[in-house]
Amino acid sequence: MTVKLDERKDMKTTTNIESRTKEDHQKKTAVEESEVFQVSDLNLWYGSDQALYKINMAIPEKRVTAIIGPSGCGKSTYLKALNRMVEMIPIVKTSGTIKYRDKNIYEDKFHVEELRAKVGMVFQKPNPFPKSVYDNVAYGPRVHGIKKKAILDEIVEKSLRDAAIWDELKDRLDENAYGLSGGQQQRVCIARALAVEPDVILMDEPTSALDPISTLKVEELVQELKKKYSIVIVTHNMQQAARISDKTAFFLNGELIEFAETDELFQNPSDKRTEDYITGRFG
Amino acid sequence: MDKLLQSEGTELNVQQLIEQKRQRKSFASRFEKVIPVFLFLCACVSILTTVGILFTLVRESIGFFSEVNIVQFYTGTNWSPWTGEFGVAPLIGGTLLITVIATIVAVPIGLMAAIFLSEYASDRVRRTIKPILEVLAGIPTVVYGFFALTFVTPILQSFIPGLGIFNALSAGIVVGIMIVPMVASLSEDAMNSVPNSLREGAYGVGSTRFEVVTKVVLPAALSGIISSIVLAVSRAIGETMIVTIAAGATPNLTFNPTESIQSMTAFIVQAATGDTTYGSTIYYSLYAVGITLFVFTLLMNLLSQYISRKYREEY
Repeated sequence: MTVKLDERKDMKTTTNIESRTKEDHQKKTAVEESEVFQVSDLNLWYGSDQALYKINMAIPEKRVTAIIGPSGCGKSTYLKALNRMVEMIPIVKTSGTIKYRDKNIYEDKFHVEELRAKVGMVFQKPNPFPKSVYDNVAYGPRVHGIKKKAILDEIVEKSLRDAAIWDELKDRLDENAYGLSGGQQQRVCIARALAVEPDVILMDEPTSALDPISTLKVEELVQELKKKYSIVIVTHNMQQAARISDKTAFFLNGELIEFAETDELFQNPSDKRTEDYITGRFG
Repeated sequence: MDKLLQSEGTELNVQQLIEQKRQRKSFASRFEKVIPVFLFLCACVSILTTVGILFTLVRESIGFFSEVNIVQFYTGTNWSPWTGEFGVAPLIGGTLLITVIATIVAVPIGLMAAIFLSEYASDRVRRTIKPILEVLAGIPTVVYGFFALTFVTPILQSFIPGLGIFNALSAGIVVGIMIVPMVASLSEDAMNSVPNSLREGAYGVGSTRFEVVTKVVLPAALSGIISSIVLAVSRAIGETMIVTIAAGATPNLTFNPTESIQSMTAFIVQAATGDTTYGSTIYYSLYAVGITLFVFTLLMNLLSQYISRKYREEY
């Protein structure tokens, strides 16, 4: 997998991503760490129930940020606020600001479609469209106006390769994605998100509906993907967070309790509540 | 101590109670056995009715076809039963003309209404509009017939000079209006049952609302939408009162919607309510026309099943 990716990089310089990586590298030496999202004083209500309280959090670039916490703590809500998917529920109200690359995404002039093309999402339950594998992956590029078959073919192959499922599916591109196993479906969904070459990928408990082997594959994939993408992953599985993330945020009752380097948070939590949670005293 | 004894004396013995009940159960168990038989009989009523209707149609039609050549019946282009001309084509043509006009009216309006209700309307708007649509579906067709004759026709006459009082256009439009709620309501159900996760997936890569509707929701709901359309078209084929009242009684093989026509159903009304003698050829022709109508709606239903199987996007 790793080898293959590297080979491909040598052969085909995917200019866009490559140049970004170089830039970042230079930046990283200059500044300590660049950020894709800056969230300040984010409050969020479902009708009259407040779900998020004054969240302040900056999401680093090209790293895996895990969000953990017990059920109903607001972690999924927070994730969906980042690409404004919370707006699917009409009663949601927010205050505070979320800046994506220094632009406030809740501003009126901000196009939500543009944001979502940059900030892709993978959902809890695999949700491929009832179409062929090919059409699933090509969906995003097509929506954004790419129609040429040759280009689409290339995008589909590249995305499926990046999602580590090309070898399994290269002869089954015309099959309906519903006929695949749950783990394959989820990786097709990841390929669908990758196909528009996003900047950030949000993952909402992407392995909670998968068997252990598929989970392992997705986790390995996340490790691979963070070379190119910034990843935010919500998980209820603390071991998973510890395994795959660089930074971890702990949410409780709609508040951000602690946000630190993963090793730091798990080995040396600074808040009592974090410690109670990660040692299994509740949740 | 006393208390303890007492409680032991009145202690519940559930097994004993069950045993006592069981002895009284013979009636109940027989009842249990009768119930499914009774329910089965109820289910049979509808099947038997269908079989009965089919049997009557076929038997009386055979009587008719012993007097009128079946080939002449289906190939003849002149329908004037009172002078002994039994060519059913003008009636079929009339029915089809009405059906085509109604479909042209109902499908776009119904589908767009369904898209609005399912994808754009807020919950409150949906909860207000959908019942109103369904009330529209409950209006007696005779009322629609008068609506066509006294409201739609005069309006059309102001656009189309020389349009007769009775014409296929007015009747067809109103039949279309009548089946709009059916298309809208059933299509909306089909779109509503498309899981939200699919919409989320589409929004997640940056689709606009309209793209979500056209590229994800409509294809996923296609089989349901097609069934709703076909069902509505069957309604239009079988529609009687509107056509009888507003389209006239002139068997007329034409594709000109401004002319007066007669549909199969309208002929059946005319002949069945007139002074048709029992046992006459005209009397039997009712059944022949009836079975033709039946075959049409049956074909539509088979078509809908075929289409929805073929285009199903299963989720």
